[in-house]
This record gives sequence, C-alpha cells and structure tokens, in this order.
Amino acid sequence: MNIKKNIALSDSGFVFDPSSGDSFSTNPIGLEIIKLMKNGKSADEIKKLITSSYMIDDNSFEKDLYDFVNMLQKLKIAEGEEKK
Amino acid sequence: MKKKKFTIAVTGLNAIDSPGPGVPVIRALRESKLFDVRIIGLSYEALEPGIYMHDLVDKTYQIPFPSTGIDSLLTRLQYINDQENIDLIIPNFDAELFSFIKLVDHLEKKMKIKVFVPTVEQFEERHKANLDEFGKRHKIKVPYSKMIFSTAEIPALKDQFTYPLVVKGKFYDASVAYTPEQAANYFNKISAKWGLPIIIQQFVHGQEVNVTALGDGKGNTIGAVPMRKTYITDKGKAWAGISIEDDKLMSMTKKMIKSSKWRGGLELEIIKTANDDYYLLEINPRFPAWVYFAVGCGQNHPEALVRLAMGEDVKPFKKYDVGKMFIRYSFDLIVDLKEFEKISTLGEL
Repeated sequence: MNIKKNIALSDSGFVFDPSSGDSFSTNPIGLEIIKLMKNGKSADEIKKLITSSYMIDDNSFEKDLYDFVNMLQKLKIAEGEEKK
Repeated sequence: MKKKKFTIAVTGLNAIDSPGPGVPVIRALRESKLFDVRIIGLSYEALEPGIYMHDLVDKTYQIPFPSTGIDSLLTRLQYINDQENIDLIIPNFDAELFSFIKLVDHLEKKMKIKVFVPTVEQFEERHKANLDEFGKRHKIKVPYSKMIFSTAEIPALKDQFTYPLVVKGKFYDASVAYTPEQAANYFNKISAKWGLPIIIQQFVHGQEVNVTALGDGKGNTIGAVPMRKTYITDKGKAWAGISIEDDKLMSMTKKMIKSSKWRGGLELEIIKTANDDYYLLEINPRFPAWVYFAVGCGQNHPEALVRLAMGEDVKPFKKYDVGKMFIRYSFDLIVDLKEFEKISTLGEL
C-alpha cells in the first residue's frame, strides 16, 4: 500500500489530495504513519517502529494499522497492494 | 510606459444566489497589469447589484431583454456606443449570447466594437439539447439525453432511462427526479420559467468537477482551471470551491477546445465517476460566475480574452495554483433612492 505521490502533508496533520480537492486532518500518530508509508516503509517496518516508540502491543497496533490503512484507501489517499 | 485604455461593456451584473459572471469578469479586468479599463455595465433590471458598484462599473445602461429581438438590442447598442465609444463587449448570459453572436459582423464592421464569442455553429452544437451529438462528434462521453415537449412523454421515459434522471431547462435550472411524478413536477416548474424544450438526461453518480477555460478560436486552449465545488447552494451553485490537479480532465478540456476550435470563454460541467470515467454534463458558452477564481489561481482569463479580441498573439498559460480556494459571501450595498430612480426612469446611471 502506497500513499499517492501527489498527496500533500503538513506538519499540523493536514492532508490534501490535489486530484479531488479533498482535505483531512489526522492526529500526530496518524501523521507519523502516513509519513512512514510515504517513505516506502512496509506494514511490518511501521509496526516495529511504532511499537518500539509507544506503549502498545503488536496485536492491537496491527489491528489499528489495518483499520487506518483501510480508511486511507477508502479516502483515496492510499492505493495499491499492501506491503508486508 | 503608459498603459492602453479600453472601454469594455459587460453584461451579467446580477449577483444573486445564482450570480451572473459580469462582476467577477470586471474584477478580473480591473486587475489587468497590461491595460486600463473603463467599464460600461449593460443591465436588464434595475436591481442588478453591479449597477451600483461604482468602484467597479463606471456607467451602466439598461438594454432590452433578448426576447424583444435583435433590432431593438442593436438600436440600443448604437445609442450607447455614440456616448461611450466602446472597444469591446463581453456578453455573459447564455440567453443573450445568440443575439450578440448574430450581431458580431455588424458590431465589428460598422461600429468597430470587438466581440470575442463562439460562432453560431459552436453555440448551437454544444446546446444542451444537442450535447449527445456533440459528444459523439468530439469523442467525449456524455450522459444519454433527449428533449421532450410535454409531460405526456414522461411515462415512456422509463424505456430509455433508469431513474433517477435529470430534468433540465434549455438555458438554466436542473433537478434530479427519482420518480415520473417528480419529473412531471420539475417539467412544469422549469418550462414555466425557461420555456420548451425540456432536456431529460441520465443521472450519473460521481463527483462534479468544473473547468473554466478560454479558447482562441484556432483550437488552442489559452487557459483552463479545474475546480471542485466544496459548498453548493440549493440551486446547485458553487458557494465555495477548490482548484484541483487532474491531468485527465485537462486533456479532455484541451481535446474539446481543439476539436471544436472554441472561440471565447466557456465552462465545462463534468461528472467524474468512481471508475475515473468523465462524463460531460454541460458546456456553458461563456465564463462562469466563479471566473475570478482563475485569476486567483494565476490565470486571468478575461484579460486574455480582451487581448485575443484585440488581435494580439496570446500565449497559453502554462500553470495554475492547485489547492487554492474561493469562498463567496453576500454583501449589502446601501443605495440612494435617486440612483435607483435614475436607472429605472432614464435607463442609465
């Protein structure tokens, strides 16, 4: 799963899709995950990085990440196959 | 170097909940860095707000409604030209455009007034009633549509359309009907206002996107800015919008302008489906009321139209700002009764 190339991200968590004109706000952790995805990190890599930095177990994070990525796909911010 | 000064007459001074493009066109012209303007407003009714915007409009003259015919319009334009020595007229209403197109030769040759509008053929072929054919000719997807002249034709529509469908007036207004009863109701409402025929168009699900553009009449797109409405009034008008980046939409616009050799300003109304298919809903043969947004995005289309009309070689705009927004607002003008009296009785202010 990749973040679409033209998606604009600001440090405040504002996400702008220039092809649809849609904009969204995400919290700091959402922004961090989108940035990691944009840098080409796989789901496993993101899981490792986040679970080592925050107090969350692997299973809970995996479920949350799955939901989040699903939402990004529905909002057309992310596209393609999920990277393992 | 001293800038040239043009006297430009502009119609469409209404700025109600379904606003005319006149005021935004004037704002764009006033911001030109290449020339100065004296603006002559041409109004149909005494309550068009542009008449009273003296910082934008230098002088306004009432002109006769298109229904009174071309001769009375010409007589009035001759009088106005005698007072003002007009260089260019920019008509901004669909309903008046045919009269101005018919007068192009006379205005240009006998009165030395430029008018940069589509040809009769271009105007007619993009007409809502002919859009189906237009799509086939220029290889652009258009939702299936047909003209009807009576509510008696509505029951049979179910054989050619699936509900919901869109009921459209020949110039303005459109409503989505989910049942034959609703279709009949909209038919009566819209035909009472805009006459016949009524156009029935297949409803296409998706996101509406719009493009304001300018063609030079030789097949070149001088400028084009696509926008998505982010706030829509109950009349379907954009109250806020955002400029978008969409290569497919831009190439569709350029293709349409190239194949039709469109001359003048235009607005494309397009539906983008979930499968990324683009359906052309309508071509408005003049600038839209949101044309000033193009100026905000870096493309002054009205200024470029003036230069084209004056015979200058105008190079196409290469870029525009993506992610710019416009938000409309309403504003109460305070007007002295004397001004209203003057425009109402003398027909000029």
